[in-house]
Formats: sequence, structure tokens, C-alpha cells
Amino acid sequence: MNQIDLNMVDWARAQFALTAMYHWIFVPLTLGLSFLCAFYESLYVRTGKEEWKKIAKFWMTLFGINFAIGIATGIILEFEFGTNWSNYSWMVGDIFGAPLAVEGIVAFFIEATFFAVMFFGWNRVSKGFHLFSTWMVAIGSNLSALWILVANSWMQYPVGMTFNPDTARFEMHNFWDVLFSPVAISKFTHTTSSSFIVGSLFVITISSWYLLKGRHTAMAKKSILVAAVFGLLSCLYAGMTGDESAYVNASTQPMKLAAYEGLYTGRTHADLVAIGVLKPGPVADDDPFIFSVKIPGLLSLLANRDSNGFVPGIKDLVYGNTGQNIMGVNAKMELGRMAIADLASYKNAKKAGDESQQAVSLKKFNANKDYLGYGYLAKAEDGIPPVQTTFYAFHIMVALGCLFTFFFLVFLFLGFKNSLERNRWLLKLGVISFFLGLLASQAGWIVAEVGRQPWVIQNFLPTHVGTSNISAGNVQATFFMFLVLFTLLLLAEVKIMLKQIKIGPEEV
Amino acid sequence: MIGNLDYATLQQIWWILASVVGSLFLFLTFVQGGQTLLWQIGRTEQEKSLVINSLGTKWELTFTTLVLFGGALFAAFPKFYAVSFGGAYWVWILILFTFIVQAVSYEYRKKPDNLLGSTVYELFLFINGSVGILLIGAAVGTFFTGSNFVVNEYNQVRWTHPLMGLEAAFSLFNLSLGLFLVFNARVLGAMYLVNNIDFKGVADFEARIRRSCLMNLLYALPFLLYVLVSLLVMDGFGFDSNGVVSMVPHKYLANLLAMPQVLGLLLAGLVLVIWGVVLTGLKSSDKGIWFGGLGTVLVGLAVFFLAGFNNTAFYPSKATADLQSSLTIYNASSTHYTLTVMTYVALVIPVVLAYVAWVWRQMNAKKLTTDDVTGNKAY
Repeated sequence: MNQIDLNMVDWARAQFALTAMYHWIFVPLTLGLSFLCAFYESLYVRTGKEEWKKIAKFWMTLFGINFAIGIATGIILEFEFGTNWSNYSWMVGDIFGAPLAVEGIVAFFIEATFFAVMFFGWNRVSKGFHLFSTWMVAIGSNLSALWILVANSWMQYPVGMTFNPDTARFEMHNFWDVLFSPVAISKFTHTTSSSFIVGSLFVITISSWYLLKGRHTAMAKKSILVAAVFGLLSCLYAGMTGDESAYVNASTQPMKLAAYEGLYTGRTHADLVAIGVLKPGPVADDDPFIFSVKIPGLLSLLANRDSNGFVPGIKDLVYGNTGQNIMGVNAKMELGRMAIADLASYKNAKKAGDESQQAVSLKKFNANKDYLGYGYLAKAEDGIPPVQTTFYAFHIMVALGCLFTFFFLVFLFLGFKNSLERNRWLLKLGVISFFLGLLASQAGWIVAEVGRQPWVIQNFLPTHVGTSNISAGNVQATFFMFLVLFTLLLLAEVKIMLKQIKIGPEEV
Repeated sequence: MIGNLDYATLQQIWWILASVVGSLFLFLTFVQGGQTLLWQIGRTEQEKSLVINSLGTKWELTFTTLVLFGGALFAAFPKFYAVSFGGAYWVWILILFTFIVQAVSYEYRKKPDNLLGSTVYELFLFINGSVGILLIGAAVGTFFTGSNFVVNEYNQVRWTHPLMGLEAAFSLFNLSLGLFLVFNARVLGAMYLVNNIDFKGVADFEARIRRSCLMNLLYALPFLLYVLVSLLVMDGFGFDSNGVVSMVPHKYLANLLAMPQVLGLLLAGLVLVIWGVVLTGLKSSDKGIWFGGLGTVLVGLAVFFLAGFNNTAFYPSKATADLQSSLTIYNASSTHYTLTVMTYVALVIPVVLAYVAWVWRQMNAKKLTTDDVTGNKAY
């Protein structure tokens, strides 16, 4: 194996975080707002009222500004797997490449083709076909989310594949297992429903600002009603799918679950931490909290669907727990190191043409191959993700998700009573709500991605093994290139967006 | 039924599919070509608006085709993806940069308060059409001239040239292929604009575009001739039945003679492109783009087939690096299972092509008029 440059690993991770998080500023808005545009235009086509058309066109203008930068920041992600994570690309390309290609074939072309109609087709195609195109943009964007999330889910829960020692890579043997894995289903539904929330909050933010300023009030109120209904339904759905995600985590990524719950010592009848402040630094005793509010037994209920079920803590998972039949990271590391040695001796025997040694090494390798990834860890504690980051990100996400549910309810209630303008405190909260939505959405991805460290492929490939064999200087250089360029484009986007909001629907 | 195909057949099918996507991309670079023509043919703001709005409904198709080309190569030939992107680092990064800046430029160029000013966004479009296409051409050139990398027994790649891929741009062959693609894109761009714009009231604008179509073919010719002649005389990267790679004298000439269909594609493609230029530059037809476009696709297919078929290593490592690390469509591909799955997925490609073509017809049925670009819905 090549020598690993840890500095390079850090820069490559920083770059992935940077580009993915920039991209994720724009994507949830695309996913959510595309449907809202489709709703508004549907109302126009059904009622024939010009005001709905004006509303639809206004939100489409903002959608278009956001969509362009979403595309710009997205292309790099598809190729970054190759440039910075070339060993990863080789080792899992047989499985991971497929959803990316499918995404291109079945989803991106729908977006690209119908986006042009949505924006330039008002006078070129029929009313019905235009509406159809708007719907296709919404469906196409969400379909592309499906495929990239299938790919991501496979990294979290690698199924339908086996390791081939001859090619030194993982190879797919069941596409359906990859597509319909429980992680893929919960991740897709949770990610899209939470993005619908972000899209709805965007509409409410801008409409609230109009109401505070007393401008475009009729349009703002109409926009709010539709967005609040969509947002509320999405909140309920996001709650259900979030619960499902945690339940799936309990069996597929128990370490992640333990990290975002701050659970160091496993127990039956485990409590759910509603609010908590973790002690800084390493945890010595059983109570990692300075302060916490706990709900008795709820974690066991959520994780096992049984309030008496056992939920393993970080210590159980790292050092093992014979009583609960849990093998620790330390034990897995030993088996993993044996697997790596047997793989090397298999390779050597193959090179030397020694068939009997080849067979012996292969047999030994196969016995421990499920622990291959653990062999690359330096110490058992490396199996623990950054607990503080994961814990706080998770709790921020959940708290905001609950807040949004009430928020949409109140907006809906006051919207129907036509008394939004009298509640200026609510409108002020409305103006910042989109930014809270973005925060919750980013926090969700931090839980998903930081919480699964040290793995890029859960249990099989540690992150530091996946990089390209290039010097840190190259990655550092491109990191700053992206930072400068994306920041510049973001500033341009925000300025343009603010100007269009100021101009408002009248002139668009 | 696809599951019964043997491994080598699937690998060949996927080389053909990747070649089709790559060749369609080359056709769609009429968008990039048009972008580089913007300052030259657009003398007034109205003329520039016509160019931008005409290309503006199509740029995403080109962009998406490039992304699909990358995705298809990842899925079907992951070793190529890992080796080339992870090794020829800088050439790909720079190409991607030119596409990142392109993606915002149509939407942001004329919007008020756009931070950078419309000239910068036009510059972004120019860079994408010139540097971007040039580097893509240089990268494709390495399919014939080779790169500098070593792949170990765990299939990990190490690039052995300090320029990390940028060295591709310093070969006369690669550079010529790149420049040919840049000028060919401009030829296609002029053809497309002639096809899509209603020149009522701006007749001299039309004359300028038609003339630039002709001129850019003339600029492209020396580079094209250099590439073609080099291909006929250069040594190439062949491999034997054991997969051992060696330098074979006149390999690509031999490929053309061994695969007369490919020679046919190449010649037919060149004739079609030239006929498209004749229609656009010398006659008053607006149908040149269909001949130029189809011709470009055929030439593209011929180039990719020459590189990958007839026991040729399509992504070779130079003898000075490690010939045996060279990638062939047989040693760089996904498994039989994955290729089978992907082939089923590929069955929807005709559906995709059909709706793209149908929407194109709907949108281009009426030509773009000066009225269309005065409203505030325009780019």
C-alpha cells in the first residue's frame, strides 16, 4: 500500500466539507421551491387568475437564480471523488459509480431540458405543456437527489457487494439491495422532506418581509398559505422519516447513534437527552453531561421499538460488551489486521505462482474479510466519531425541526384568520426562519457525515485510506481556489437575489 | 437477455456508449463556441443579447452531457476515473473551474446588482469556451500520446510527472487536438446561431456570423490536418492476447485499416462538417448545424473507437512511466454484473434523446427575435 499523507487527508476532507456544504446551501431550496413553483403555477392554470401567474413567475425568478449556483457548485462534487479520493473511487467505483451514472441519465436531463421550457417557454409552448415542464423540473430535481442519496446511503450501510481480492475492490452483486436498502429509503425521504421545509421557509421569509414593509401584501399572504400547508405536512413527514432514520441507525450505525445521543455507557431503558451540555474534553466517568434534561426510556423505545431494549454506548462499542454480545473495535482491529496480512500474502503467492499458498491465504482472508477496514485503524479510540460536533448538530436539527412544526401551524392559523400583519413579532421570526432552516439542514448533514467517522464506507474503508496519492499542497491550493470562487459567487447570488426581492413581483 | 452477454461484449458496448455521450458533448460544444464568438460577432447589446439568449436555452444540455460523460466513465470504467482524475489532477480541475463559472454566467450576466458586472460574466463564458474546450481536447489527446502514471497491485495510482496532468497541454498533438475542438466549436456555434435567430432588421449581424463560420473552419484546418497526419504516422499503444502492452508502429493507421467502418465514420463526418460550413458560410441555408453536428458526432465516434478498439489501450501510460499500467477497456471496467445493470439502465437513453429532441423542436419552432430579448424575462 502507498504511504498515507495525513495532512493531505485533512485537506481533502476540508475540501469535501467546503464544497458539499456550499452546494447544500442551494440544493434544499431547489428541491423545495421547485414544488412550490409547481403548486403556484397549478393554481394559475386551474383558476386562470393572473395573480397566481404573477406569484408563480416571481418565485421562479428566485428559483432560477438559486438553481444556477446550485449547478455551479454541484459539478465539482461529481468529480471530486476522482480528484481527491481516487483510491476510494477505485475501491467502490463498481457500486458507487452506478447511481451517479443513473442520476445523469434519468434525472439531470429532465432538469436541464424542462428548466429551459420553464424559463423561456411562456410564449413558446402551450399553457398545459409549460405547467408540465415546471412539474418535471421539480420531479427531476428530486429524482437526482434520490440517486445521489442512494450512493451516500450505500456508504453508510454497504450492502449488495463483496470484496474481490484479485482486483482489490468491492464489487456489486445485488443492485436492488443497494437501491432499496432501509438506509437509502429513510435518507431519501428525510432529506427531501426536510428540503421541502427549507423551501417553504424561504417563501415565508420573503413574504414576511413584504408584510412587515407593507408591500405586495396580497401576494405575500397567498404565498404564505400555500407554503405553510406544504411546510407543515413536510414537517410531519420529516419527523416520521427522522424517527425511522434513528431506528435504522441503531442497527446499521450504532456508534453514530451513541455519539449523537452522547451515550457513553450502554443501558437498557435508556433515556433520551432532550437538552444537554457536554463536558469538554475526554469523558472519564459515566455522566458526560454538565447539564441535561432527559426523557426516561425514550431512547430505548426509539432505537429498539421497546422501552426496555438495550442501547449500546460508545464504550461498549469500542471495548466490547460480552454480556450484550458486542464485539469491540479493539477486537475487530485484530481480525482486520489479520485480513490485511492474509490479503498481502495472497497477492504475493499469486505473483509467485504458488497456487496452494494462494488458496490457504484466501481462505484465511475470507474468514476475516468483514473486518478488513478495522485493520487500518491505529487504535480502538479512532473508531469514535467527534462526539461533541455530532451531538450538538443532532440536537440543533431536532430542536429546529420541532420549532418549525409549531411555526407553520401558527402561520397557517393566523394566515387563515388574516391577522398575520398584526403579529409583527411572528413576521420578524418569519424573516429569519429560512436561515434557521438552512442551519437545521446543514446540521443534519453534519450528523450524517461527521457521525460516521472514521469511516468513508462504514466498517470497510476508513476515510484516510480513500484519498488520492497526491501531495497536500495540490489539495490545499484547490481548497482555497474553491473557497474564493464559491464565496464570490455566493455574494453575487445574494446581491442579485436581494435586488430581485426588492424589485418584487410587480416588475418581474 | 442482457445478462447473457459475455463480459467482453458488455465492455465494448460501454465503450460505444461512453463514445456516443462524449461525441454528443462535442456536438453540443456549439454552446461554448458561441460563447467565444460573443464579443466578435455581437457589436451591439441587442446582438449580444440574441447570442446569449439563443445559447441560453441549450447550455445546460451541454453541461449535463459532460456530467453524464464523467458519470458513465465512473460507472463503466472506474479505473479510468480513479487514475485520470486522481492523477491528471490539474487539467481536470481547471476544466471544471471553467464550467463552474459558466454555470452562473447566463443567469447573472444581465441581472441588476450582480457584483462582478456583465463583462466579467462574458469573460467567464469566453474562458469556458476557449480554455475549457482546449484542455478537454488536450485531455482527449492523451488517449493517443499517453500519460505518466504507475498503477500498483492494489490498483492505486501514482502520477510520475510533476505537473500533475497539466503536461498534457504541452504536447503539440494534444494542443492541436484542443485547438481544433475550439475552432470546431466556433464553427458549430455560428451554425447554431444562424439556425436559431431571426435576423429581421439585423442583416449585417447574420452576414458576420456566416462569415465567421467559414473563417473558423479555415483556422481549424491546419490543426485538424496535423492531428490526422500524426495519427496516421505515430506509434500507438497496443496489447496482445495476454494483455501485455507494447508500442506498435503505425498503430492507429492499422486500426483504421482493420476497422474500415471507423474510417468510414471519420471521412463521412469530415465531409458532413464541411458541407455544413458550405451551407452556412457560402449559401444562405440555416440547416448547416444538422450537418455540422452530425459530422462532429461521427468524427468524435471515430476518434474514441480508434483509441479504444482493436486491442488498443485507450488510456495509455507512456513507456517512460509504465506501459503495463496502461488502461484498456478490458482491465479498467466494472464487473460483469455492474455493466449488465447499467446496460439495462441505458435502455432509457433513447427515451431521453426523444424527449430532448421533442422539447428542442417545441422551443426552437419559432426563431428568436429581437422582440424576445427586449422583455425582462430574457437573459
